[in-house]
Amino acid sequence: MNAIAEGLRRVLELDRELWHIVALSLEVSLSAVLIATTLGLPLGAALAVKRFRGRRGVIVVLNALMGLPPVVVGLLVYLLLSRAGPLGELGLLFTPGAMIIAQSVLVLPIIAALARQALEDAWREYEEQLRSLGAREFTAALTLIWDARFSLVTAVLAGLGRAAAEVGAVMIVGGNIDGVTRVMTTAIALETSKGDLPLALGLGFVLIALVLALNAAAQLVKETAERRFG
Amino acid sequence: MAASILPLVLEDVAYAPRGQPLVRGISLTIEAGPSTIILGANGAGKSVLMRLMHGLLAPTSGRVRWHEVDAASLRRRQAMVFQRPVMLRRSALANVVYALAIAGVPAAEREAQARAALEEVGLRHVAQRPARVLSGGEQQRLALARAWALHPEVLFLDEPTANLDPGAVREIETVIKAFDAAGTKIVMATHNLGQARRLGDEVIYLQAGRVMERSPIDDFFAHPATAEAAAFMKGELPWA
Repeated sequence: MNAIAEGLRRVLELDRELWHIVALSLEVSLSAVLIATTLGLPLGAALAVKRFRGRRGVIVVLNALMGLPPVVVGLLVYLLLSRAGPLGELGLLFTPGAMIIAQSVLVLPIIAALARQALEDAWREYEEQLRSLGAREFTAALTLIWDARFSLVTAVLAGLGRAAAEVGAVMIVGGNIDGVTRVMTTAIALETSKGDLPLALGLGFVLIALVLALNAAAQLVKETAERRFG
Repeated sequence: MAASILPLVLEDVAYAPRGQPLVRGISLTIEAGPSTIILGANGAGKSVLMRLMHGLLAPTSGRVRWHEVDAASLRRRQAMVFQRPVMLRRSALANVVYALAIAGVPAAEREAQARAALEEVGLRHVAQRPARVLSGGEQQRLALARAWALHPEVLFLDEPTANLDPGAVREIETVIKAFDAAGTKIVMATHNLGQARRLGDEVIYLQAGRVMERSPIDDFFAHPATAEAAAFMKGELPWA
Protein backbone atom coordinates (compact mmCIF):
# COMPACT_ATOMS: atom_id res chain seq x y z
CA MET A 1 0.00 0.00 0.00
CA ASN A 2 2.81 2.37 0.89
CA ALA A 3 4.43 1.84 -2.48
CA ILE A 4 1.19 2.76 -4.23
CA ALA A 5 0.67 5.89 -2.13
CA GLU A 6 4.27 6.85 -2.66
CA GLY A 7 3.91 6.24 -6.39
CA LEU A 8 0.83 8.42 -6.68
CA ARG A 9 2.52 11.18 -4.65
CA ARG A 10 5.54 11.08 -6.97
CA VAL A 11 3.28 11.15 -10.02
CA LEU A 12 1.52 14.25 -8.76
CA GLU A 13 4.89 15.90 -8.11
CA LEU A 14 5.76 15.47 -11.78
CA ASP A 15 3.09 18.02 -12.52
CA ARG A 16 3.67 19.71 -15.90
CA GLU A 17 5.99 17.01 -17.13
CA LEU A 18 3.42 14.36 -16.29
CA TRP A 19 0.61 16.15 -18.08
CA HIS A 20 2.73 16.45 -21.15
CA ILE A 21 3.35 12.69 -21.12
CA VAL A 22 -0.34 11.92 -20.57
CA ALA A 23 -1.42 14.33 -23.31
CA LEU A 24 1.06 12.88 -25.80
CA SER A 25 -0.03 9.33 -24.96
CA LEU A 26 -3.65 10.25 -25.63
CA GLU A 27 -2.78 12.17 -28.77
CA VAL A 28 -0.75 9.33 -30.28
CA SER A 29 -3.11 6.49 -29.36
CA LEU A 30 -6.36 8.30 -30.22
CA SER A 31 -4.95 9.48 -33.56
CA ALA A 32 -3.81 5.94 -34.37
CA VAL A 33 -7.25 4.53 -33.46
CA LEU A 34 -8.96 7.20 -35.56
CA ILE A 35 -6.84 6.32 -38.59
CA ALA A 36 -7.22 2.58 -38.05
CA THR A 37 -11.00 2.97 -37.64
CA THR A 38 -11.32 5.02 -40.81
CA LEU A 39 -9.51 2.31 -42.77
CA GLY A 40 -10.54 -0.74 -40.74
CA LEU A 41 -14.32 -0.41 -40.76
CA PRO A 42 -14.62 -0.21 -44.57
CA LEU A 43 -12.11 -3.07 -44.87
CA GLY A 44 -14.07 -5.21 -42.41
CA ALA A 45 -17.35 -4.37 -44.16
CA ALA A 46 -15.95 -5.26 -47.58
CA LEU A 47 -14.73 -8.63 -46.25
CA ALA A 48 -18.13 -9.25 -44.65
CA VAL A 49 -20.17 -8.48 -47.77
CA LYS A 50 -18.01 -9.34 -50.77
CA ARG A 51 -17.49 -12.91 -51.92
CA PHE A 52 -14.27 -13.45 -53.84
CA ARG A 53 -11.60 -16.08 -54.36
CA GLY A 54 -9.09 -16.17 -51.54
CA ARG A 55 -11.47 -14.47 -49.12
CA ARG A 56 -10.95 -17.07 -46.42
CA GLY A 57 -7.20 -16.75 -46.77
CA VAL A 58 -7.43 -12.99 -46.34
CA ILE A 59 -9.54 -13.45 -43.20
CA VAL A 60 -7.09 -15.95 -41.71
CA VAL A 61 -4.18 -13.57 -42.35
CA LEU A 62 -6.11 -10.61 -40.96
CA ASN A 63 -7.00 -12.54 -37.80
CA ALA A 64 -3.37 -13.59 -37.42
CA LEU A 65 -2.22 -9.98 -37.78
CA MET A 66 -4.19 -9.15 -34.63
CA GLY A 67 -1.30 -10.75 -32.79
CA LEU A 68 1.42 -8.69 -34.48
CA PRO A 69 4.27 -8.16 -32.00
CA PRO A 70 4.61 -4.40 -31.39
CA VAL A 71 8.42 -4.53 -31.55
CA VAL A 72 8.26 -6.08 -35.01
CA VAL A 73 5.86 -3.39 -36.21
CA GLY A 74 8.15 -0.82 -34.63
CA LEU A 75 11.15 -2.28 -36.45
CA LEU A 76 9.38 -2.33 -39.83
CA VAL A 77 8.17 1.25 -39.46
CA TYR A 78 11.66 2.20 -38.29
CA LEU A 79 13.16 0.75 -41.46
CA LEU A 80 10.58 2.57 -43.58
CA LEU A 81 11.18 5.91 -41.92
CA SER A 82 14.91 5.72 -41.29
CA ARG A 83 17.10 8.08 -43.26
CA ALA A 84 18.03 5.39 -45.80
CA GLY A 85 14.48 3.97 -45.92
CA PRO A 86 11.90 4.58 -48.64
CA LEU A 87 10.07 7.21 -46.57
CA GLY A 88 13.20 8.62 -44.97
CA GLU A 89 12.83 12.00 -46.63
CA LEU A 90 9.74 12.74 -44.60
CA GLY A 91 11.97 13.06 -41.54
CA LEU A 92 9.35 11.46 -39.32
CA LEU A 93 11.55 9.13 -37.32
CA PHE A 94 11.63 9.97 -33.59
CA THR A 95 8.57 12.20 -33.86
CA PRO A 96 5.00 11.63 -32.60
CA GLY A 97 4.04 11.21 -36.27
CA ALA A 98 6.14 8.06 -36.51
CA MET A 99 4.51 6.74 -33.33
CA ILE A 100 1.05 7.35 -34.76
CA ILE A 101 1.98 5.47 -37.92
CA ALA A 102 3.36 2.50 -35.98
CA GLN A 103 0.32 2.25 -33.70
CA SER A 104 -2.06 2.60 -36.67
CA VAL A 105 -0.39 -0.40 -38.31
CA LEU A 106 -0.66 -2.31 -35.07
CA VAL A 107 -4.32 -1.47 -34.43
CA LEU A 108 -5.69 -1.68 -37.99
CA PRO A 109 -5.88 -5.50 -38.12
CA ILE A 110 -7.59 -5.61 -34.73
CA ILE A 111 -10.32 -3.18 -35.71
CA ALA A 112 -10.73 -4.64 -39.21
CA ALA A 113 -10.89 -8.25 -38.01
CA LEU A 114 -13.33 -7.61 -35.15
CA ALA A 115 -15.45 -5.38 -37.42
CA ARG A 116 -15.50 -8.10 -40.07
CA GLN A 117 -16.87 -10.58 -37.54
CA ALA A 118 -19.56 -8.22 -36.22
CA LEU A 119 -20.59 -7.10 -39.70
CA GLU A 120 -20.71 -10.62 -41.06
CA ASP A 121 -23.15 -11.57 -38.31
CA ALA A 122 -25.27 -8.53 -39.20
CA TRP A 123 -25.02 -9.37 -42.91
CA ARG A 124 -26.44 -12.84 -42.24
CA GLU A 125 -29.52 -11.15 -40.82
CA TYR A 126 -29.79 -8.34 -43.38
CA GLU A 127 -28.63 -9.86 -46.64
CA GLU A 128 -31.94 -11.03 -48.08
CA GLN A 129 -33.77 -7.88 -47.06
CA LEU A 130 -31.14 -5.55 -48.49
CA ARG A 131 -30.81 -7.52 -51.70
CA SER A 132 -34.58 -7.59 -52.01
CA LEU A 133 -34.66 -3.80 -51.73
CA GLY A 134 -32.02 -3.66 -54.46
CA ALA A 135 -29.08 -2.40 -52.39
CA ARG A 136 -25.72 -2.76 -54.11
CA GLU A 137 -22.70 -4.05 -52.21
CA PHE A 138 -21.37 -0.58 -51.45
CA THR A 139 -24.69 0.67 -50.08
CA ALA A 140 -25.15 -2.57 -48.16
CA ALA A 141 -21.71 -2.22 -46.56
CA LEU A 142 -22.42 1.35 -45.43
CA THR A 143 -25.82 0.30 -44.08
CA LEU A 144 -24.22 -2.53 -42.12
CA ILE A 145 -21.59 -0.23 -40.57
CA TRP A 146 -24.26 2.22 -39.47
CA ASP A 147 -26.63 -0.46 -38.18
CA ALA A 148 -23.94 -2.40 -36.31
CA ARG A 149 -22.42 0.79 -34.89
CA PHE A 150 -22.98 -0.32 -31.29
CA SER A 151 -21.14 -3.62 -31.78
CA LEU A 152 -18.37 -1.78 -33.61
CA VAL A 153 -17.71 0.34 -30.51
CA THR A 154 -16.28 -2.82 -28.96
CA ALA A 155 -13.92 -3.34 -31.90
CA VAL A 156 -12.69 0.25 -31.65
CA LEU A 157 -12.22 -0.06 -27.88
CA ALA A 158 -10.16 -3.22 -28.35
CA GLY A 159 -7.96 -1.27 -30.74
CA LEU A 160 -7.62 1.59 -28.28
CA GLY A 161 -6.65 -0.80 -25.51
CA ARG A 162 -3.94 -2.27 -27.69
CA ALA A 163 -2.60 1.18 -28.68
CA ALA A 164 -2.58 2.55 -25.15
CA ALA A 165 -0.88 -0.53 -23.71
CA GLU A 166 1.90 -1.20 -26.20
CA VAL A 167 5.44 -0.05 -25.55
CA GLY A 168 7.61 -1.79 -28.12
CA ALA A 169 6.58 0.08 -31.25
CA VAL A 170 6.55 3.61 -29.81
CA MET A 171 9.85 2.96 -28.08
CA ILE A 172 11.59 2.00 -31.34
CA VAL A 173 10.16 4.65 -33.68
CA GLY A 174 9.77 7.38 -31.04
CA GLY A 175 12.96 6.88 -29.11
CA ASN A 176 11.44 7.87 -25.75
CA ILE A 177 12.90 11.38 -25.97
CA ASP A 178 12.09 13.45 -22.90
CA GLY A 179 9.54 16.12 -23.71
CA VAL A 180 9.22 15.05 -27.35
CA THR A 181 8.23 11.42 -27.74
CA ARG A 182 7.97 10.16 -24.17
CA VAL A 183 4.59 8.54 -23.48
CA MET A 184 3.16 6.70 -20.47
CA THR A 185 4.35 3.22 -21.41
CA THR A 186 7.88 4.24 -22.39
CA ALA A 187 8.15 6.37 -19.24
CA ILE A 188 7.13 3.38 -17.15
CA ALA A 189 9.70 1.18 -18.88
CA LEU A 190 12.40 3.80 -18.32
CA GLU A 191 11.61 4.39 -14.65
CA THR A 192 11.50 0.66 -14.03
CA SER A 193 14.93 0.14 -15.57
CA LYS A 194 16.27 3.07 -13.59
CA GLY A 195 14.98 1.37 -10.44
CA ASP A 196 12.45 4.10 -9.55
CA LEU A 197 9.69 1.58 -8.96
CA PRO A 198 7.28 3.88 -7.06
CA LEU A 199 7.21 6.38 -9.91
CA ALA A 200 6.83 3.58 -12.48
CA LEU A 201 3.95 2.16 -10.45
CA GLY A 202 2.31 5.55 -10.10
CA LEU A 203 2.47 6.12 -13.85
CA GLY A 204 1.01 2.65 -14.34
CA PHE A 205 -2.00 3.54 -12.22
CA VAL A 206 -2.58 6.74 -14.13
CA LEU A 207 -2.50 4.77 -17.39
CA ILE A 208 -4.95 2.17 -16.11
CA ALA A 209 -7.26 4.90 -14.82
CA LEU A 210 -7.21 6.61 -18.24
CA VAL A 211 -8.03 3.42 -20.15
CA LEU A 212 -10.78 2.62 -17.64
CA ALA A 213 -12.32 6.08 -18.00
CA LEU A 214 -12.32 5.91 -21.82
CA ASN A 215 -13.90 2.46 -21.80
CA ALA A 216 -16.53 3.45 -19.24
CA ALA A 217 -17.49 6.49 -21.29
CA ALA A 218 -17.77 4.46 -24.49
CA GLN A 219 -19.79 1.75 -22.77
CA LEU A 220 -22.18 4.34 -21.38
CA VAL A 221 -22.75 5.90 -24.79
CA LYS A 222 -23.23 2.44 -26.31
CA GLU A 223 -25.77 1.29 -23.73
CA THR A 224 -27.77 4.49 -23.83
CA ALA A 225 -27.96 4.38 -27.60
CA GLU A 226 -28.83 0.66 -27.60
CA ARG A 227 -31.72 1.22 -25.20
CA ARG A 228 -32.99 3.96 -27.41
CA PHE A 229 -32.71 2.21 -30.79
CA GLY A 230 -33.24 -1.44 -29.82
CA MET B 1 -45.73 3.28 -66.55
CA ALA B 2 -43.96 0.88 -68.86
CA ALA B 3 -45.43 -2.48 -69.80
CA SER B 4 -45.99 -4.96 -66.99
CA ILE B 5 -43.14 -7.12 -65.74
CA LEU B 6 -45.65 -9.99 -65.65
CA PRO B 7 -46.12 -12.71 -66.63
CA LEU B 8 -43.42 -14.47 -64.69
CA VAL B 9 -42.53 -17.78 -66.29
CA LEU B 10 -40.69 -20.64 -64.59
CA GLU B 11 -39.43 -23.35 -66.93
CA ASP B 12 -38.55 -26.69 -65.37
CA VAL B 13 -36.87 -24.94 -62.44
CA ALA B 14 -34.87 -26.89 -59.87
CA TYR B 15 -32.88 -25.66 -56.92
CA ALA B 16 -30.46 -28.20 -55.48
CA PRO B 17 -27.65 -26.83 -53.34
CA ARG B 18 -24.94 -29.48 -52.85
CA GLY B 19 -26.97 -31.85 -55.04
CA GLN B 20 -29.85 -31.94 -52.55
CA PRO B 21 -32.99 -30.89 -54.49
CA LEU B 22 -35.24 -28.58 -52.47
CA VAL B 23 -37.58 -27.89 -55.38
CA ARG B 24 -37.57 -29.49 -58.81
CA GLY B 25 -39.48 -29.77 -62.05
CA ILE B 26 -41.33 -26.50 -61.47
CA SER B 27 -43.02 -25.02 -64.53
CA LEU B 28 -45.42 -22.21 -63.75
CA THR B 29 -46.74 -19.03 -65.28
CA ILE B 30 -47.66 -16.29 -62.82
CA GLU B 31 -49.97 -13.75 -64.41
CA ALA B 32 -51.29 -10.39 -63.33
CA GLY B 33 -54.64 -10.43 -61.56
CA PRO B 34 -55.65 -13.20 -59.18
CA SER B 35 -53.79 -13.39 -55.90
CA THR B 36 -51.78 -16.57 -55.77
CA ILE B 37 -51.33 -18.65 -52.64
CA ILE B 38 -48.43 -21.06 -52.44
CA LEU B 39 -49.68 -23.66 -50.01
CA GLY B 40 -47.78 -26.50 -48.44
CA ALA B 41 -46.44 -27.99 -45.24
CA ASN B 42 -43.25 -26.80 -43.57
CA GLY B 43 -40.31 -27.89 -45.69
CA ALA B 44 -42.38 -28.29 -48.85
CA GLY B 45 -40.21 -25.70 -50.59
CA LYS B 46 -42.50 -22.65 -50.42
CA SER B 47 -39.83 -20.23 -49.23
CA VAL B 48 -37.28 -21.52 -51.75
CA LEU B 49 -39.80 -21.15 -54.58
CA MET B 50 -40.60 -17.56 -53.51
CA ARG B 51 -36.89 -16.70 -53.41
CA LEU B 52 -36.34 -18.19 -56.84
CA MET B 53 -39.20 -16.08 -58.19
CA HIS B 54 -38.00 -12.93 -56.44
CA GLY B 55 -34.44 -13.49 -57.66
CA LEU B 56 -32.76 -13.97 -54.29
CA LEU B 57 -31.77 -17.48 -55.36
CA ALA B 58 -30.55 -18.54 -58.79
CA PRO B 59 -32.01 -21.84 -60.03
CA THR B 60 -29.63 -24.78 -60.33
CA SER B 61 -31.34 -25.69 -63.58
CA GLY B 62 -34.23 -24.34 -65.58
CA ARG B 63 -35.12 -20.70 -66.15
CA VAL B 64 -36.95 -17.91 -64.35
CA ARG B 65 -38.10 -15.35 -66.89
CA TRP B 66 -39.93 -12.06 -66.41
CA HIS B 67 -41.54 -9.94 -69.09
CA GLU B 68 -38.78 -7.38 -68.51
CA VAL B 69 -35.10 -7.67 -69.20
CA ASP B 70 -33.68 -4.66 -67.35
CA ALA B 71 -32.51 -5.99 -63.98
CA ALA B 72 -32.71 -2.67 -62.11
CA SER B 73 -36.22 -1.95 -63.32
CA LEU B 74 -37.25 -5.49 -62.44
CA ARG B 75 -35.88 -5.12 -58.90
CA ARG B 76 -37.75 -1.84 -58.37
CA ARG B 77 -41.07 -3.22 -59.49
CA GLN B 78 -41.29 -6.18 -57.16
CA ALA B 79 -40.96 -6.41 -53.41
CA MET B 80 -40.90 -9.09 -50.76
CA VAL B 81 -42.03 -9.27 -47.17
CA PHE B 82 -40.31 -11.95 -45.11
CA GLN B 83 -41.55 -14.12 -42.29
CA ARG B 84 -39.28 -12.30 -39.88
CA PRO B 85 -39.07 -8.63 -40.80
CA VAL B 86 -35.57 -7.15 -40.78
CA MET B 87 -35.74 -3.62 -39.44
CA LEU B 88 -32.85 -1.20 -39.69
CA ARG B 89 -31.67 0.52 -36.50
CA ARG B 90 -33.41 3.79 -37.22
CA SER B 91 -36.92 5.21 -36.98
CA ALA B 92 -39.91 3.56 -38.64
CA LEU B 93 -40.13 6.46 -41.07
CA ALA B 94 -36.40 6.25 -41.87
CA ASN B 95 -36.80 2.55 -42.69
CA VAL B 96 -39.30 3.40 -45.42
CA VAL B 97 -37.24 6.39 -46.60
CA TYR B 98 -34.24 4.06 -46.91
CA ALA B 99 -36.10 1.75 -49.30
CA LEU B 100 -37.24 4.73 -51.37
CA ALA B 101 -33.68 6.07 -51.54
CA ILE B 102 -32.35 2.75 -52.83
CA ALA B 103 -35.14 2.63 -55.40
CA GLY B 104 -33.92 5.98 -56.70
CA VAL B 105 -36.83 8.17 -55.56
CA PRO B 106 -35.70 11.84 -55.54
CA ALA B 107 -34.73 13.00 -52.04
CA ALA B 108 -37.37 15.71 -51.91
CA GLU B 109 -40.22 13.23 -52.43
CA ARG B 110 -39.11 10.46 -50.07
CA GLU B 111 -40.52 11.65 -46.79
CA ALA B 112 -43.98 12.45 -48.12
CA GLN B 113 -44.19 9.07 -49.85
CA ALA B 114 -42.92 7.28 -46.76
CA ARG B 115 -45.50 9.02 -44.57
CA ALA B 116 -48.24 8.06 -47.03
CA ALA B 117 -47.12 4.43 -46.87
CA LEU B 118 -47.12 4.47 -43.04
CA GLU B 119 -50.60 5.98 -43.11
CA GLU B 120 -51.72 3.17 -45.41
CA VAL B 121 -50.80 0.51 -42.83
CA GLY B 122 -51.96 2.52 -39.82
CA LEU B 123 -48.53 3.32 -38.42
CA ARG B 124 -48.51 7.10 -38.73
CA HIS B 125 -48.41 7.52 -34.96
CA VAL B 126 -45.13 5.56 -34.60
CA ALA B 127 -43.28 7.20 -37.50
CA GLN B 128 -40.53 8.59 -35.27
CA ARG B 129 -40.17 5.53 -33.01
CA PRO B 130 -37.11 3.31 -33.49
CA ALA B 131 -38.28 0.45 -35.72
CA ARG B 132 -36.68 -2.26 -33.61
CA VAL B 133 -38.66 -1.45 -30.49
CA LEU B 134 -42.03 -1.81 -32.26
CA SER B 135 -44.14 -4.91 -31.56
CA GLY B 136 -43.93 -7.91 -33.89
CA GLY B 137 -47.19 -7.01 -35.59
CA GLU B 138 -46.17 -3.38 -36.00
CA GLN B 139 -42.81 -4.41 -37.43
CA GLN B 140 -44.52 -6.61 -39.99
CA ARG B 141 -46.90 -3.79 -40.93
CA LEU B 142 -43.85 -1.56 -41.26
CA ALA B 143 -42.30 -4.16 -43.57
CA LEU B 144 -45.50 -4.00 -45.63
CA ALA B 145 -45.32 -0.20 -45.72
CA ARG B 146 -41.67 -0.38 -46.81
CA ALA B 147 -42.64 -2.73 -49.63
CA TRP B 148 -45.76 -0.73 -50.49
CA ALA B 149 -43.99 2.61 -50.65
CA LEU B 150 -42.28 1.37 -53.81
CA HIS B 151 -45.67 0.65 -55.42
CA PRO B 152 -44.52 -2.73 -56.66
CA GLU B 153 -46.42 -4.55 -59.37
CA VAL B 154 -45.75 -7.82 -57.63
CA LEU B 155 -45.57 -8.34 -53.87
CA PHE B 156 -44.15 -11.60 -52.53
CA LEU B 157 -45.13 -12.48 -48.98
CA ASP B 158 -43.37 -15.37 -47.26
CA GLU B 159 -45.59 -16.51 -44.39
CA PRO B 160 -45.94 -12.91 -43.21
CA THR B 161 -48.12 -13.79 -40.21
CA ALA B 162 -46.47 -17.00 -39.01
CA ASN B 163 -45.08 -15.44 -35.81
CA LEU B 164 -47.98 -13.17 -34.92
CA ASP B 165 -50.95 -13.25 -32.57
CA PRO B 166 -54.51 -13.36 -34.01
CA GLY B 167 -55.11 -9.62 -33.70
CA ALA B 168 -51.93 -8.79 -35.55
CA VAL B 169 -52.74 -11.42 -38.18
CA ARG B 170 -56.08 -9.69 -38.85
CA GLU B 171 -54.37 -6.32 -39.25
CA ILE B 172 -51.80 -7.72 -41.67
CA GLU B 173 -54.49 -9.48 -43.72
CA THR B 174 -56.48 -6.24 -43.95
CA VAL B 175 -53.44 -4.47 -45.35
CA ILE B 176 -52.72 -7.27 -47.83
CA LYS B 177 -56.33 -7.15 -49.04
CA ALA B 178 -56.02 -3.41 -49.58
CA PHE B 179 -52.86 -3.89 -51.67
CA ASP B 180 -54.62 -6.60 -53.66
CA ALA B 181 -57.59 -4.29 -54.25
CA ALA B 182 -55.22 -1.55 -55.40
CA GLY B 183 -54.04 -3.83 -58.20
CA THR B 184 -50.78 -5.25 -56.83
CA LYS B 185 -50.24 -8.87 -57.74
CA ILE B 186 -50.03 -10.84 -54.48
CA VAL B 187 -47.97 -14.04 -54.31
CA MET B 188 -48.10 -15.40 -50.78
CA ALA B 189 -46.69 -18.53 -49.19
CA THR B 190 -48.60 -19.91 -46.23
CA HIS B 191 -49.42 -23.15 -44.48
CA ASN B 192 -52.53 -21.62 -42.96
CA LEU B 193 -55.65 -22.89 -44.73
CA GLY B 194 -57.93 -20.21 -43.32
CA GLN B 195 -55.58 -17.49 -44.47
CA ALA B 196 -55.32 -19.08 -47.93
CA ARG B 197 -59.13 -18.96 -48.18
CA ARG B 198 -59.39 -15.38 -46.94
CA LEU B 199 -56.75 -13.92 -49.21
CA GLY B 200 -56.32 -16.20 -52.20
CA ASP B 201 -57.91 -16.48 -55.63
CA GLU B 202 -55.89 -19.48 -56.67
CA VAL B 203 -53.73 -22.09 -54.96
CA ILE B 204 -50.46 -23.67 -55.97
CA TYR B 205 -50.06 -26.71 -53.77
CA LEU B 206 -46.49 -27.76 -53.10
CA GLN B 207 -45.26 -30.98 -51.59
CA ALA B 208 -41.69 -32.23 -51.23
CA GLY B 209 -40.43 -29.58 -53.62
CA ARG B 210 -42.90 -30.31 -56.41
CA VAL B 211 -46.07 -28.60 -57.59
CA MET B 212 -48.84 -31.13 -56.98
CA GLU B 213 -51.70 -29.03 -58.26
CA ARG B 214 -52.86 -25.57 -59.18
CA SER B 215 -56.54 -24.67 -58.92
CA PRO B 216 -58.92 -21.79 -58.26
CA ILE B 217 -59.32 -21.43 -54.51
CA ASP B 218 -62.91 -22.73 -54.26
CA ASP B 219 -62.19 -25.78 -56.41
CA PHE B 220 -59.12 -26.57 -54.38
CA PHE B 221 -61.03 -26.62 -51.11
CA ALA B 222 -64.17 -28.29 -52.53
CA HIS B 223 -62.44 -31.14 -54.33
CA PRO B 224 -58.66 -31.20 -54.30
CA ALA B 225 -57.25 -32.89 -57.39
CA THR B 226 -54.63 -34.89 -55.55
CA ALA B 227 -54.74 -37.22 -52.59
CA GLU B 228 -51.77 -35.36 -51.11
CA ALA B 229 -53.59 -32.04 -51.03
CA ALA B 230 -56.67 -33.68 -49.54
CA ALA B 231 -54.54 -35.29 -46.86
CA PHE B 232 -52.82 -31.96 -46.10
CA MET B 233 -56.18 -30.26 -45.60
CA LYS B 234 -57.36 -32.97 -43.28
CA GLY B 235 -54.19 -32.49 -41.30
CA GLU B 236 -52.88 -35.93 -42.04
CA LEU B 237 -49.18 -36.44 -41.75
CA PRO B 238 -47.49 -36.98 -45.10
CA TRP B 239 -45.28 -39.75 -43.77
CA ALA B 240 -48.03 -41.66 -41.92
